[in-house]
Amino acid sequence: MPGSAPIQGSAAAMNMIAALLEQRTGQQIAANRAWRIETALKPLIRERGLATLDELVAALVVSRTPELSEMVVDALLNQETSFFRDAAVLESIGDAAWEMQAEMPGRRLRLWSAGCSTGQEPLSLAMMFTERESKGQSPPEIIATDVSGAALARARAGRYSQFEIQRGLSVLRMISWFEGSGGEWVANPELVRKVQYRQHNLAGDGPPPGRFDIVLCRNVLLYFSAALRRKVLDTLAAAVRPGGLLVLGAGETVIGLSDHFVPSERFRGLYQAVDPGTPAHSTRLALR
Amino acid sequence: MKTCLVVDDSKVIRKVARHILETLDFQVREAGDGREALDSCLATPPDVILLDWNMPVMSGMDFLRALKDSGLPQRPKVVFCTTENGMAYIRAAIEAGADEYVMKPFDRETLESKLQIVGVA
Repeated sequence: MPGSAPIQGSAAAMNMIAALLEQRTGQQIAANRAWRIETALKPLIRERGLATLDELVAALVVSRTPELSEMVVDALLNQETSFFRDAAVLESIGDAAWEMQAEMPGRRLRLWSAGCSTGQEPLSLAMMFTERESKGQSPPEIIATDVSGAALARARAGRYSQFEIQRGLSVLRMISWFEGSGGEWVANPELVRKVQYRQHNLAGDGPPPGRFDIVLCRNVLLYFSAALRRKVLDTLAAAVRPGGLLVLGAGETVIGLSDHFVPSERFRGLYQAVDPGTPAHSTRLALR
Repeated sequence: MKTCLVVDDSKVIRKVARHILETLDFQVREAGDGREALDSCLATPPDVILLDWNMPVMSGMDFLRALKDSGLPQRPKVVFCTTENGMAYIRAAIEAGADEYVMKPFDRETLESKLQIVGVA
């Protein structure tokens, strides 16, 4: 009976699924985390009335539409995120934007949240910058992208489960920006409208149009191979204006991977975009 | 090591909360109602209180008011932890002086996150 049968996959099926994910998104599944394939795909296998991972792979092979493979990829993508993740880093971004605004009065800053998953990061930025408006800081334009159409649909809806809404979000912010609705919490449409969501594949697409003052790409590179990390950092470098900032996850670095960024001396943990041909020390002075 | 007083009339909830809090390096004390919790706080104030709403003898809200009136020089942080998930309850708790609010059911990430927000984890 499909409802209770174990979802065991052959090594060949597991490899095919892992290869599909890497081909579409660049994300790799480490050998010691191969169990994630079965766990993540179990609901889809059941939903399709299939019994095993091998049957799902067979369905993928005969399927003529991209719909099933997109569902497989969406299910496998790691969507781990939370509101105000590494809150101190977000405050640094707010402070950096404040300084940039002072240096370039009259120009609206642009932020890119790359790999935004279900939207908690860009919404956190939107909340923070709206709160800073009362202190005279102008809100930047926020572009948020993700490779997963399913994740973006959730981000655009601004609906979060009770568990999601409580991770990282203070109760004061929750009652200021969200309304309870049928066991879920829905973001104020005005807040959602402060973010422009677009589908974008960091592994294959060029940067979104225009230059950005600050780019966040947190906890994304860690799922990529070293070669792809270099390529993605090149894409991010093309997106950040000279002197602009790149923000990576706590365990991620540009060191050994890109000459386009140097650690910011002013904002700890952030990277400043430099021209690789320019001596780093002279460019570093630009934001001091 | 920070101290957390778990106030809940459910032994199961206290046990679950204790388990999570101990993995977060908290020293945990327990109370089964607001009156017991107030006595515990006045004897030795904890750093933070995880507080249920509906309890016999003294409710979480009555406890919070009594704690405010107790004259403790340094009031512990108070995190409501309740099944009362409506906006009216949440607003009432904040107005009464609660620092944070956890809606049951909760997990380790939720509890850790809220304790970080109030500055005790």
